[in-house]
Amino acid sequence: MTAVDHGPTPASQPAGTSLLPAPTARQLIDPAGRLVPAGGPLPEADVLRELYRRMVIGRRFDAQATALTKQGRLAVYPSSHGQDACQVGAVLALREQDWLFPTYRDTVAVVTRAVDPVETLSLLRGEWHCGYDPYQHRVAPQCTPLATHALHAVGLAHAARLRGEDTVALVLVGDGGTSEGDTHEALNFAAVWQAPVVFLVQNNGYAISVPLAKQTAAPTLAHKGVGYGMPGVLIDGNDAAAVYASVGEAVARAGRGGGPTLIEALTYRIEAHTNADDATRYRAADEVAAWQARDPLTRLETYLRGAGLLDDAAAADLQQEAERFAASVRERMNADAASDPAEMFAHVYAAPTAQLIEQRDDLLADLRGLGDDDDA
Amino acid sequence: MTCWPISGGLAMTTTLDHPATAARSAPAPVTMAAALNAALADALAEDERVLVFGEDVGALGGVFRITDGLAARFGDQRVFDTPLAEAGIVGTAIGMAMNGMRPVVEMQFDAFAYPAFEQITSHLAKLRNRTRGRVELPIVVRIPYGGGIGGVEHHCDSSEVYYTHTAGLRVLTPARPADAYRLLRQAIASPDPVIFLEPKRRYWSKDRAELTTSGPGIDQAEIIKPGRDVTIIAYGGTVQTAMEAAQAAAETGWDAEVIDLRSLSPVDDATLVRSVRRTGRAVVVHEAAGFCGYGAEIAARLTERCFHHLQAPILRITGFDIPYPPPMVERHHLPTADRVLDALARLQWEDQPDERWLGAAEDPAGADRA
Repeated sequence: MTAVDHGPTPASQPAGTSLLPAPTARQLIDPAGRLVPAGGPLPEADVLRELYRRMVIGRRFDAQATALTKQGRLAVYPSSHGQDACQVGAVLALREQDWLFPTYRDTVAVVTRAVDPVETLSLLRGEWHCGYDPYQHRVAPQCTPLATHALHAVGLAHAARLRGEDTVALVLVGDGGTSEGDTHEALNFAAVWQAPVVFLVQNNGYAISVPLAKQTAAPTLAHKGVGYGMPGVLIDGNDAAAVYASVGEAVARAGRGGGPTLIEALTYRIEAHTNADDATRYRAADEVAAWQARDPLTRLETYLRGAGLLDDAAAADLQQEAERFAASVRERMNADAASDPAEMFAHVYAAPTAQLIEQRDDLLADLRGLGDDDDA
Repeated sequence: MTCWPISGGLAMTTTLDHPATAARSAPAPVTMAAALNAALADALAEDERVLVFGEDVGALGGVFRITDGLAARFGDQRVFDTPLAEAGIVGTAIGMAMNGMRPVVEMQFDAFAYPAFEQITSHLAKLRNRTRGRVELPIVVRIPYGGGIGGVEHHCDSSEVYYTHTAGLRVLTPARPADAYRLLRQAIASPDPVIFLEPKRRYWSKDRAELTTSGPGIDQAEIIKPGRDVTIIAYGGTVQTAMEAAQAAAETGWDAEVIDLRSLSPVDDATLVRSVRRTGRAVVVHEAAGFCGYGAEIAARLTERCFHHLQAPILRITGFDIPYPPPMVERHHLPTADRVLDALARLQWEDQPDERWLGAAEDPAGADRA
């Protein structure tokens, strides 16, 4: 494999200095909706409008999914409310040929990648473990075990590179997930192989209830990049423009053969871990309120309105579009899903074994005996 | 992981002559290690999607030299060393397979595969099922396993049931050099993920059979010695033990049939059932601990399917229920032909009950080992 080019490190600086994150998180638009010129050039107006549009739809979808848990249509739903800029900004920065490797909290990211929302919710609906075809939109199954998917992303990206294809894999992982051994192995393999992978850590401050201080003693999670020989980038994860720009730059660099990047996005989960969690047991209301004041949608909306890129009529249209999207999801989720007990045996191996055929036939015979073959 | 120097066990070469091959016009003898190497080379040559990677598999050719010369022949894009991390090896193999490759990865020793356990059980075994068949993972995880080579702790585990208990994996283990070639080629060609367990104490056993992919299929057991009186079921390292026992049994007048399972999952029930219904007696031999071991499953399945044909309970000859012992005492742990013969003697040939368990009702814990 080729040697890593870390870029010039001035003789006066210790090795790896060029890989360290900046001392403050990158912003293009501040929480008050003002431009931050030092953050770098702003994405095009069309991109900013699309970021906002997808965040509005994503936020509404997220609320709809939580509502569906209360109606018993979903077993559980881990909300990404508050992390909207990461969910949308990162996905819109991907190119058609790139792959997304999401976790269970990244449902909005998956839907933003144009995967059918009802197929996406199949897992939480209890219908099947992954309801969508990963190859259709190049979205891996939402991964429940923490960080294990990061290695899959590295392998997929490395295989693309072996074939000379320009494909970048984006890994979404949380702050808690960075403690897992597989995160370490994925970062290390990616750096050694110079695999075209972008790791986006959505640092929302908590792994369910455990705060970041109990997760790491590193100055920032982005600092971990230097240990692997890859750049670590610290960004404001509630600034959709910064997420879009930073992920986009990392994707472009990886696509050019420049290797992987570790991005830490500082954000916050406004809702509890899932609808089954009680967040008041581990965090204070004023902390949540402070982060609500840094809402990623409000921030971009303020900027867009100030820049003349969004008016009341357009905002109202957008709200209606989001309502229609949510209504369609609600309607489709309220229809009972068909399930086929025989399918439990169908995908274990390429062809069912003699033993599985026997077990399937026994079950189906039992069901027929019970007169319960309606859903077979 | 540390690769400890291995004692004189390495030098042990044994010849496994079975009648079917001995009769043929003599191909040169080949060791199992060389047969596996040839299988990898042929698969690499035939299909450019095949990749071989792991720890020390490149320039070194693997600590057992199974990948010897492959990096030089096929280049470091197709045969390469990875960082030293087993979850990383299997996890990246999964991603490569998602993207059209056919990875064959090496875990250096049985116990060093455990860091990859989550990747194997939660993802390798399940991605096809998770995605309703849309994601196929044709990956082979090669694992040298078992003892008998004087290896120190962590180098001698028989880890097969960890994998056979996981639906979605094929678990294969060759016992004879030529079959090692066939089975590895079949594993690499399989659309299913395969845990390929290589009995390291047989790496240097020799065989004169031709290396070919034709013969028994990937999920078929093979009767390697026909017999009428009792079926000895074995796999991997204990197949040769079973053959030695069968030869010795002949002197006692017992005509033993020996079955090499080849595929532990799925298991070839049909071949086993036909054999045991015919012979009426069976024993299962393996190195792994007996408790919840592979033999327990075989004994239960055959009892369910052959009960009215059985002349005696199915007995297991296994390793003890202990952590794998240190080299100086491992010979007491591993099943030997003598222990197999002892078990055969207990198969109620004259309809007398098995004395071992007489009185067990009074002291059930006292009579604890077969």
